[in-house]
Amino acid sequence: MSNEAVIHAHAGAGTHDAHGDHHHEHHHHETFITKYVFSQDHKMIAKQFLITGMFWAVLGGLMSVLFRLQLGYPDATFPWLEDILGKWAKGGHISAEAYYALVTTHGTVLVFFVLTAGLSGTFANFLIPLQVGARDMASPFLNMLSYWFFFTASVVMLSSIFVETGPFSGGWTAYPPLSALGSASPGSQTGMDLWLVSMALFVVSSLLGGLNYIATILNMRTKGMSMTRLPLTIWALFFTAVLGVLSFPVLFSGFILLIFDRNFGTSFYLSDIFVNGVGALPNEGGSAILYQHLFWFLGHPEVYIILLPAMGMVSEILSVNSRKPIFGYMAMIGSLFAIAILAFLVWAHHMFVTGLNPFLGSIFVLLTLLIAVPSAIKVFNWLTTLWRGNIRFTPGMQFAIGFVSLFISGGLTGIWLGNSALDIHLHDTYFVVAHFHIVMGVASMFGMFAGIYHWFPKMYGRYLNNTLGYVHFWITIAGAYMIFWPMHYEGLAGMPRRYYDYSIWESFKRFGELNRFISTVAMIVFSAQILFLFNFFYSIFKGRKVTSLNPWGSNTLEWTTPLRPGHGNWPGEIPEVHRWAYDYGKDGKDFISQTTPVGADESHH
Amino acid sequence: MIAVQTKEPQKIHPHKFTLWVAMGSIVMMFAALTSAYIVKKNQSSWLEFDLPKIFWYSTFTILMSSVTIHLATKAFKAREIERYRVLITVTALLGVAFITMQWLGFRDLESRNIALTGPKSNSAASFLFVITGLHMLHVLGGVIALLVIFLRAYAVKVKNYSSLPIELVGTYWHFVDALWIYLFIFCNWIG
Repeated sequence: MSNEAVIHAHAGAGTHDAHGDHHHEHHHHETFITKYVFSQDHKMIAKQFLITGMFWAVLGGLMSVLFRLQLGYPDATFPWLEDILGKWAKGGHISAEAYYALVTTHGTVLVFFVLTAGLSGTFANFLIPLQVGARDMASPFLNMLSYWFFFTASVVMLSSIFVETGPFSGGWTAYPPLSALGSASPGSQTGMDLWLVSMALFVVSSLLGGLNYIATILNMRTKGMSMTRLPLTIWALFFTAVLGVLSFPVLFSGFILLIFDRNFGTSFYLSDIFVNGVGALPNEGGSAILYQHLFWFLGHPEVYIILLPAMGMVSEILSVNSRKPIFGYMAMIGSLFAIAILAFLVWAHHMFVTGLNPFLGSIFVLLTLLIAVPSAIKVFNWLTTLWRGNIRFTPGMQFAIGFVSLFISGGLTGIWLGNSALDIHLHDTYFVVAHFHIVMGVASMFGMFAGIYHWFPKMYGRYLNNTLGYVHFWITIAGAYMIFWPMHYEGLAGMPRRYYDYSIWESFKRFGELNRFISTVAMIVFSAQILFLFNFFYSIFKGRKVTSLNPWGSNTLEWTTPLRPGHGNWPGEIPEVHRWAYDYGKDGKDFISQTTPVGADESHH
Repeated sequence: MIAVQTKEPQKIHPHKFTLWVAMGSIVMMFAALTSAYIVKKNQSSWLEFDLPKIFWYSTFTILMSSVTIHLATKAFKAREIERYRVLITVTALLGVAFITMQWLGFRDLESRNIALTGPKSNSAASFLFVITGLHMLHVLGGVIALLVIFLRAYAVKVKNYSSLPIELVGTYWHFVDALWIYLFIFCNWIG
């Protein structure tokens, strides 16, 4: 095995069994703590990320239901709200502070904890060693630390919900001065301190994870697994990790300056501010725009950190369930690469209306619209993979197709928003909310669901229930469009986001009925996710048992492991790879595993 | 063993590779801070001041420590364990001296009435403080890593004689050295 050879070459005599060989007999000295809690097995860490992510998805989703209640039924009172939220919902009516806190926490939690840690943390951990043919990550210890930093970040963020002044309420982007001045709002006090601590821990977690993913993909591939034989999941997770490792430090430096402004009286972001009840502040010469540059330098790559793993998994699942090779494998890698590069060059399109120089803005328009090219290549390749395929509509496949649908719908509105001229009208309206929820939020959730349904048999040795899966899919896809499609109209009409009550606003109170419709659908979709939760936890223990090693007839290496692989993944030697991952329907054979040597009479692809 | 080495092309050890990626990540953090510095400098109310003189001495100190850790790695590979112990001790001490000198530099600025933090501070001085302060923390991380391998150097039982730890620490140490040279040049002449 090439990865073992590496270790031997450096470690010197006497360490032969340090990494490779002693995994033959697993379960040695495994206690409950080392197996389920402080586990260094990438598969267990993946499950830890997944279940923590699911916890946050439920909480973050519930928050959106609560603030949608306010938007949909601004005049109604719900006494039970006071029971659960206390003083934040006096008389059964969510207060303005609570509304902003809910929106902020919903954004932070969904973007970072669910779709970054829950999505790429889960599947990078689970799939990278299994699909490249490695015993574990380059550093299982750092990998374990990565999860526990995330866990600590989660605990801190969760605790911020319970402090007296409430969690941070200035938006998930945490722009100063709301984030820099404790006197700016109740949520800017302890809530913001906890938010910063939590996010700093989260950045550390992401970096530790990302380092490991990159090192594992580049150094620990099994014999024969050249880079161009990797499944597209791994390529996508690789670019995701590169994006994270290069952009999270920039966010971190932005946070450091913010901490100094908050706690040590510096003036990086603050200038000429008068706070009601406090008076004029001494800070001079700071620039709030500087924070926005630092934030969006992460913030834009972040949307691809969220989206790329979903793209990778969808490519794999579409190919497996169409029983056809992925169309344009190299074009898929090339477009992932192009997206990764462009991700770093477009951050200022979030700042068109901050007084950005229009000439600079036009360059960012050009670079932003360029992303349409690799995106279109990917969509074309997904559709051509489906074209005349022998499609199996498993729930995983349905969610993968749903992803493509949502990516097209949400991607097209991105072309509108990428124009700095149109953005003057559309900026900060519900059009933006609709766009990013469809293309980044729901689409990535669909990628995540597709991944869970597809790899659940490998994770737990049982299947998820198909019927519940179908119900879950159809309610979610129909609901996603019913929630976010109308928001485009509201946004085009100029309805701004982040407002507490539109019913007293003459221009937009005509959308009252529409808002009620959106809120109602949001509640239905949220309850459909309970169905999924039940399916997930029930199936872990009572699901239909997987009986064959390779239930989907898939080519990739994870299906060559035992039904319930131990730490070390393969009981014997790691299999050698002889071909790419997409030999489906070749030479009359349904599928040819990557471990099958190329026959003498085989045709070239 | 030898057969494996000749057949397989020499690949970098995964831990070394991870370290290089991590250093790339650290570079991004300082690149962000120094570009923010440039952006701020071109805006209004920027205070011009001379860097503390002692930064020249600290630069010399950290350069010397790179030499000593290089010699330490060579000594370890030559199995001259006594010499190795002395050299990593000297390196760690030079690291502590560097941090102390940086701190004295901050004191010097404050004695010239240039506030680093607080309501009277100008972001020119605050930037210098944050950037060099973060760099000091990275040097401190290196000192702690040295402390760990220092304790290992006195361990009674050595199961395997691997130069990997000292090579990792050495690479990191040269990195924080090079990072300081960049920051020193940046603060003096570029920014």
